[in-house]
Amino acid sequence: MSISLDEVRHVARLARLELDDSEVLALQGELNALLGHFADIQAIDVTGIEPQSHAVALHSVWADDFPIEGLAREAVLRNAPLSKAGLFVVPTIIED
Amino acid sequence: MLTRLTASELAAKLRAREVSAVEVAQAHLEAIRAHDGKIGAFLHVAEEKAMAQAAKADEALAKGEGGPLTGVPIAIKDNMSTLDIPTTAASKILEGYIPPYNATVVEKVEQAGMVMLGKTNLDEFAMGSSTETSAYQFTHNPWNLECSPGGSSGGSAAAVAGDLAPLSLGSDTGGSIRQPAGLCGVVGFKPTYGRVSRYGLIAFGSSLDQIGPFARSVEDAALLSSVISGHDHHDSTSLPHAPISTEGLKDGSLKGKRFGLPKEMFDPSIDAGVLESVHKAIDALKAEGAEFEEISIPEIRLGVTTYYIIAPAEASSNLARFDGVRYGPRHEGVGHVGTAEKTRAMGFGHEVKTRILIGTYTLSAGYYDAYYTRAQQVRSMMTAGFNREFARFDGIVTPTSPSPAFKIGSMNDDPMALKILDYCTIPANMGGFPAISLNCGLTEGLPVGIQIIGPALEDERVFQLAYCFEQVLGASPRPPTA
Repeated sequence: MSISLDEVRHVARLARLELDDSEVLALQGELNALLGHFADIQAIDVTGIEPQSHAVALHSVWADDFPIEGLAREAVLRNAPLSKAGLFVVPTIIED
Repeated sequence: MLTRLTASELAAKLRAREVSAVEVAQAHLEAIRAHDGKIGAFLHVAEEKAMAQAAKADEALAKGEGGPLTGVPIAIKDNMSTLDIPTTAASKILEGYIPPYNATVVEKVEQAGMVMLGKTNLDEFAMGSSTETSAYQFTHNPWNLECSPGGSSGGSAAAVAGDLAPLSLGSDTGGSIRQPAGLCGVVGFKPTYGRVSRYGLIAFGSSLDQIGPFARSVEDAALLSSVISGHDHHDSTSLPHAPISTEGLKDGSLKGKRFGLPKEMFDPSIDAGVLESVHKAIDALKAEGAEFEEISIPEIRLGVTTYYIIAPAEASSNLARFDGVRYGPRHEGVGHVGTAEKTRAMGFGHEVKTRILIGTYTLSAGYYDAYYTRAQQVRSMMTAGFNREFARFDGIVTPTSPSPAFKIGSMNDDPMALKILDYCTIPANMGGFPAISLNCGLTEGLPVGIQIIGPALEDERVFQLAYCFEQVLGASPRPPTA
């Protein structure tokens, strides 16, 4: 399998990465090289093998419900690029 | 010289009050000032915090209180959150970020009375095997300053090897503790997945990431592991087990112990000098009664592919949070999406972008089953292969890295050459197994690491075996002083 320039642009859009044309071209080459290496697992018979999603078998756990103190508002907002009246100022997400 | 001792030796001097924690901290801060210009291990030196913690440690020691590592300095990889101390993951996208809380491991080393010297360099978001993808600086191998210390925890490895810190913490997603430990001639340990809390660790591959120690001896690595491990309700993948115990560490014996040697990790693709050192070590261990048998786990050969599908897939999801909204620099673009796209384009380096893209691609419609599901199936097969052998052996022994330290910049032309450096370390992450690297000799003046992998939850066994190995192979060699 190989990836086209348009697919690189599409995936970059999905990943929220702005790329210029030279980057798209360079990344196409690198991604195709990687996909070339990935061919080795395409030949393996995996019929009936359960996919392993985690390192060790984990089960959902119920945590005891006890209150803990959260972080102070000023501590949390200290890293905000922009804040106002104790809130994060974020770019408009829904435009009319 | 205080900066050349093991942590246990330092701790003994501190407890005997032969030296104060303040003096020990000062000696290390001076060493960092004098030598880190050449090594580049630290991204941030936390002098004020270190001196305050040292003074506190002295108070505890004066009262006869404190644990086995009270007053001992430590360096922390810069992908672990440290309250009021900058944390960047070596990325421009987190430039200026100051965490409002401590990672659980940082909290634990503080409670143990340890003294945090500062934050160490890494590959950006821990993505790399040479510490060259850091957005800030290169780190140089104390054995040869032209060489890489390995990665991604290269700063933590170089700090311990280069007499800047007796102990450090790294994180290991595909070998990022063990590989640089091997290349710098120190001990590096990746615990069983879930024994050490990941709370406050900036996530890379969440099903693979695990925090662990760098040290100058197996005993020191075991002591630090006992400090940082244990259940943490902040991390839902944290196992409900007791902390790693150091009891019985020195009670093991090699007599009758059986080790598997996977032939896939002893083939001609491994550097000849590395193979020679590892074989010599095996002969020495045989003379002490250990038994070795060649085995085969064919899925090992698929490990690099499996890893480079699973880890970037997880990373592409984990790194979605860096969008310029809540922290980090913000670069305005057209609308919300445009701002995220521009911020991420400016903030991430090339390697990180490549991995986000490959991860997004393999998770996208039409490719998910061919890549991601299939990689998870191969992961299952590999884990089963190791577990099959663990039923017959006390441990599996391999070289830590297919090659010794290499010149900085020498791998730039072939991105795959760097990725293959994780070949021997990836399987332990896939299966969540505990694994340790310790030194087994030098090739052309550069350290060679030998790795012991054990079954999940047998961290104590791995330490006991490694301690036996160390008795035979000798203490970690030290690079010539600068």
